[in-house]
Amino acid sequence: MKNRMIFVVGVALFPAILLPACAPVKEYQKNRLNDSEMSLTNRKVEKNELNFQSYREGSSGANGGKTGGGCGCN
Amino acid sequence: MKRICLTVIGLFLLLFHGFSQTANADTATYKPRKLSFDEANLVSSYYTQNGNHSAIRGGIGDEHVTDLANGIELKFVGWDAKQRKNSLTAGLGIDYHTAASQAWISKTGASRRTDGLRIYPSLDWTRENEKKGSSISAGVYYSNEFNYQSVGLNAGVTQKTKTNGEFGLKLSAYLDQVKLILPSEFEPAGAYTIGRNGDERHPNYGSSGRQTYTASFSFSQIINTRLQGSLLLDLVDQQGYLGLPFHRVFFTDGADSIEKLPSHRFKLPLGLRLNYFLGDNIILRGYYRYYTDSWGLHSHTASLETTIKLTPFFSLTPFYRYYTQTAANYFAPYEAHLTTDPYYSSNYALAAFNSHFFGGGIRLAPPKGIFDSHLKMLEIRYGHYTQTTDLVSDVVSLNLQFK
Repeated sequence: MKNRMIFVVGVALFPAILLPACAPVKEYQKNRLNDSEMSLTNRKVEKNELNFQSYREGSSGANGGKTGGGCGCN
Repeated sequence: MKRICLTVIGLFLLLFHGFSQTANADTATYKPRKLSFDEANLVSSYYTQNGNHSAIRGGIGDEHVTDLANGIELKFVGWDAKQRKNSLTAGLGIDYHTAASQAWISKTGASRRTDGLRIYPSLDWTRENEKKGSSISAGVYYSNEFNYQSVGLNAGVTQKTKTNGEFGLKLSAYLDQVKLILPSEFEPAGAYTIGRNGDERHPNYGSSGRQTYTASFSFSQIINTRLQGSLLLDLVDQQGYLGLPFHRVFFTDGADSIEKLPSHRFKLPLGLRLNYFLGDNIILRGYYRYYTDSWGLHSHTASLETTIKLTPFFSLTPFYRYYTQTAANYFAPYEAHLTTDPYYSSNYALAAFNSHFFGGGIRLAPPKGIFDSHLKMLEIRYGHYTQTTDLVSDVVSLNLQFK
């Protein structure tokens, strides 16, 4: 249990480690970041993949998709 | 002297030219724009699976399922008098499924209903304020199928930071009703009558409630000109009837009952996404999730998708996903539960297993549309899924985007 807590806190603090590494990026430098394939959301075509995974697996959430409820799955 | 005269004339002409640049009055004043059609997305999927751990038969038996899912989303965009962008998205989904195990709701495998239809409309509204870098959103959702009804509500806010980051918070609630369809041997006498065609007619199944409340936190950050990531945390609280009434459990002594699970579940998934643009033609999309819940189930999910841009408008996307989970405290396979267990389930979604999911996609999005039409984007994706419980499935999906 203790190891699990350390792990969760470690992942949660990951951005704090990452943030100082961030370089300032101007609008005109975002051509690659603005590419539609660089989006930090799921593809629309993935929607039903995420649905069947939430039915067939015990966990869900933290992916912009279902977290439970809304259908006969847990 | 001639040179001086020419210089003066030249300067005069330059001055004259300068006056000719007098700006006209600005006629391009801002005007609000009413909501108008922006884009439509059609998403269709066909899913098929095979396995031999049906929850309806207590962890044994055919799990063959097919599901044809179709959804349409219409997006409208407009700007109000304060230059805020308003988006309204109306969605409608229709799924048709068949499940071999549904025949075994009757103890003899004679249930006639082995298929079902699910219809789920939704409406979402977002208002973005570009000056402030913020947005607010709200949405409603409804889903109806034979044994399950759901009403969903959500509201959210986002705020950009000065350092290329963005915080997000979304609150959602699903208020569900589960129809209490029991395995035939547990139905009280006289619960149904036999119709003219030999079909079972159930005047009153009764139902039970299930509520799911979620707080979703997100933080996304641009790290450099090629790398960006996001951290996602959901706090999920579920209450009410969390099992399904037609799931059987067989005990060590051979007796059977229906699945019994606690009426409360707290879920804590924590996800991390990192997208990296490698060179000029390759994008790496990585994802990791850790999940834990109050039923004792823990899981890790890791996936990597590579986008290979063969041209700026045509790409291939092979992907691989690995998933592993421990069993929930209340799971045991067929005839392994004790009758003294306080809770019991033989639903293999709660078992310990690993899974692999791999496949690929093709994406085509030319700037003038496909064949110069309103079809702006076409994406096809196929995936093959295997679980160490012997469940195997395939899914093929299609997304068409019109503008």
